[in-house]
Amino acid sequence: MSELGLTLARLAFLAMLWGFVIATVLILRRDLRQPADARPAGQASRKPPKQPRPAKPGRKTKGLGSMLVVVEGPLTGTVIPLSSAQVTIGRAPDSTLVIEDDYASSRHARIYSSEGSWLVEDLGSTNGTWIDRTRITSPTLLTVGAPLRVGRTTLQLQK
Amino acid sequence: MRGATRALRMPRCGAVSSAARQAVEGLRQPSRRNIELGLLVGAWLIGAFGTIQVAWATTEGMNQRLWITVGAVAILSLAMHVTLRRRATYADPILLPVSTLLTILGLVMIYRIDVASALRAERNDAPIPTPDVYAQLTWFSVAVVLFVAVLILVPDHRRLQRFTYTFGLVGLILLVLPLAPVIGTTVNGATLWIRVGGFSLQPAELSKILLTVFFAGYLMEKRDSLSLVRSKFLGLGFPRLKDLGPIAIAWAVSLGVLVFQRDLGTSLLFFGLFVFMLYIATQRRSWLVLGGILFAVGAGLSYLMFGHVRARVTIWIDPWAYADDSGYQIVQSLYGLANGGIFGAGLGQGFPNFVPFANTDFIVAALGEELGLTGIFALLLLYALVVERGFRIAISVRDSFGQLLAVGLSITLALQVFVIVGGVTKLIPLTGLTTPFLSYGGSSLIANWVIIALLLRISDRARRPEVKEAAPDEALTQVVRRV
Repeated sequence: MSELGLTLARLAFLAMLWGFVIATVLILRRDLRQPADARPAGQASRKPPKQPRPAKPGRKTKGLGSMLVVVEGPLTGTVIPLSSAQVTIGRAPDSTLVIEDDYASSRHARIYSSEGSWLVEDLGSTNGTWIDRTRITSPTLLTVGAPLRVGRTTLQLQK
Repeated sequence: MRGATRALRMPRCGAVSSAARQAVEGLRQPSRRNIELGLLVGAWLIGAFGTIQVAWATTEGMNQRLWITVGAVAILSLAMHVTLRRRATYADPILLPVSTLLTILGLVMIYRIDVASALRAERNDAPIPTPDVYAQLTWFSVAVVLFVAVLILVPDHRRLQRFTYTFGLVGLILLVLPLAPVIGTTVNGATLWIRVGGFSLQPAELSKILLTVFFAGYLMEKRDSLSLVRSKFLGLGFPRLKDLGPIAIAWAVSLGVLVFQRDLGTSLLFFGLFVFMLYIATQRRSWLVLGGILFAVGAGLSYLMFGHVRARVTIWIDPWAYADDSGYQIVQSLYGLANGGIFGAGLGQGFPNFVPFANTDFIVAALGEELGLTGIFALLLLYALVVERGFRIAISVRDSFGQLLAVGLSITLALQVFVIVGGVTKLIPLTGLTTPFLSYGGSSLIANWVIIALLLRISDRARRPEVKEAAPDEALTQVVRRV
């Protein structure tokens, strides 16, 4: 009797352990189906509403914004053609766009492509990276024509 | 279990049933704290059942002290759950229950080994050793206090970024602290412990977290120059010579740990952590190749130069030749696992204390004997779930520092499990690392719970609705203040 009981208890314990694992996995599966959970795809769909100017990027957005133009500051007129590689902005000599500006940090911001759109991220600069009059705190969608300010330089994404 | 699942459906139904409420909530996500509670209850039931089973199988019987232990574990984990409800409402619902279950399984096994040691001492007319399970429970309560403290003191993980270099320095100091003359102690050949007022601590466990914060902050700052490719070689772009500094330093430090503290596991953990974080930060495979080469060189050098490394490898290749002396542990561990088979001997029915250090380094072997392959797989899946959640948190959090930190913390756990479980099962040479959450030992338990607290904090930031974050106006005033 005791022998049988112990065997049953042994199997019951394993069943409980697996029950826990399976319950957790089932919760995770539902979690994956929830579009609201911030996966990169979910993030992209959730981002536009909090943009000041939501320029809804279409399916094919590679053509949307092909160059970065300096519209204000000492380097006015400089054009940086955009490929898939990221663009770094700062005073550091190895940046893609080197700006001589006391108000810019050595690694100020970077612009990179993600899922067909361009995102700008502040790299912990002292004076911040601004889109319009908003200081960005997280990677933010860069829309065509929106003024991106780094120190005394203003850039624009153009077609 | 079934009650638990019902409980976790509730918040969703509530939110869907009333359209008005949904409109008000807008983009708000369910906090999922009830799911967490449900799973926690499941973990408690498994723990209570396991304890009763050990007590029954070993004919010890449940005593009052054991019931108090079972209750105390439930209350302690409930305290963490309540802290999350208050302080990190949107945190991940899986991490806490899964880590709690791992800790509980550790406690059950430590208690089981206590019973075995006591029985053996009785047979040999030796004094009965003090049970370890109550000490471990005490450490768990300290871990819970620190868990709560981390969640209260760190309302936003980005604050940690400010302390990048401070943490790096303190982490390094802690790493070498056991070499200090008075407080450092050598146990079983490894200089890993410091002794402060009667307590032995393993500072490397804490330094693991501090250095992960440092790596995250440092790599976030430097990743652009580190990912610059200058020279092509074998189809991979390799970084410039001057950018090799950090990886060279990480390599030298981990070799130093190996030489002076004779600790293979920690050395492996630090180097692996750094290389993986570097790879994730720069997305350059060349760092993995470089890391692999450096690892091979370091491993080769230490094999040639140090007797203790050579001994480990020799034992790994053929433990049976040394079954009576240096290979005894690993041989007993393999016998134990074989005895366990597919479904295990059953809790309280194996011979787990044939392996020396059954409740620290070899707790996985003890669990494998009593729970079998089925149990070990469940256990490894639990670890995989923790690591998966960590990576998932890294994907969903928006700032690079948080991403790197979450990845780094999860990798620490994953590497540690791989190194110790691989060692116990003779997949790789055995190195003395603790098994996260399971092993008897305060420093390790506390450090791993702090890791979970940090991951939960990051996940809370990742899922928290935007409304609560700094509004544009607030951001503007902030800047005015700064300029």
